Amino acid sequence: MSAHSEASHGTMGQLMIGFALAAILSIIPFALVMMETDIAPSTLVAIIMGLGAVQIVVHLVYFLHLKSSTEEGWTLAATVLAVVIVAIVLAGSLWVMHNMNVNMMPMSEGNMITDPEATPGASMSGNHEGHN
Amino acid sequence: MTMLDTPLTGRVEGPKGPDHHPDHHHASPTPIGFWIYLMSDCIIFASLFAAYAVLGNNFAGGPGPKDLFEPGFVLMETALLLISSVTFGVAMLKAEKHDMDATTMWLVITGLFGAGFIGMELYEFNHLIHIGAGPDRSGFLSAFFLLVGTHGLHVTFGLVWLCVMIAQIRMKGMIPANMQRLSTLSMFWHFLDLVWIGVFSFVYLVRLI
Repeated sequence: MSAHSEASHGTMGQLMIGFALAAILSIIPFALVMMETDIAPSTLVAIIMGLGAVQIVVHLVYFLHLKSSTEEGWTLAATVLAVVIVAIVLAGSLWVMHNMNVNMMPMSEGNMITDPEATPGASMSGNHEGHN
Repeated sequence: MTMLDTPLTGRVEGPKGPDHHPDHHHASPTPIGFWIYLMSDCIIFASLFAAYAVLGNNFAGGPGPKDLFEPGFVLMETALLLISSVTFGVAMLKAEKHDMDATTMWLVITGLFGAGFIGMELYEFNHLIHIGAGPDRSGFLSAFFLLVGTHGLHVTFGLVWLCVMIAQIRMKGMIPANMQRLSTLSMFWHFLDLVWIGVFSFVYLVRLI
């Protein structure tokens, strides 16, 4: 039991490495936002999300001690499955909802009257009005 | 190591005992089972993150992220939760040495940092509702309160579990069953800190650019 626990809970050194890495990876994105640097917003978003992803891996390795050998690989398999589902849920929701927003009838008042040809939905209703 | 005469601890000692089976490597199904629960929790959070991503710009003429979020405040919450994760790690190392008093002390410290985090979050929620930016104000705020609130609720239950854990350790000592409970709670606690990375990056920081 004790040998198993030592293997799964790491050492003080590992814990401190994890703490240092996590602290650095947390402070960088906060500093970037709080100092209002002149990096392009889209680049900044990519940097923040990228550092977040790296920090998640750091937590998995140094705090949760995820290893490919734990439980004969089943822990890692469950994690990979979860990551795949999370990616499908997130990317799928954004993709579908973005497409729906783009193809929807414009809701703002200016669009409907001045520019009926702007979107497929609007141009169809425009044609009907023309025939009448 | 003393053994408690429950079915659970009997199984924990399994590999070294007389009923050792070469094909059966894990002593107990609890760690992998709890990990699978955490992964399903991960999917719940993913759907809440997706809701926030989709509804995040629906302000309904109400306040937006830049009017409401304070990066310094979120940094403080992040620090509290990260430190509580590390102190729990220290508690686990003390527990491995069967040092009951040190384990209890580090668990109490973990609990205090966790309570500090929840306190800050409750203050933030109360403040937002007070200034008229409650979950009923806009789609953005509904998604925000749902996601951050669900995380906060998890941490709150983690704190309840932590209190129960401390009581169990004080009453029964560092028995194998408590060691297993402790390492399960440790997984839960570290997992909540992991989810918070997504919250501070995606919910707060990205929207403040």
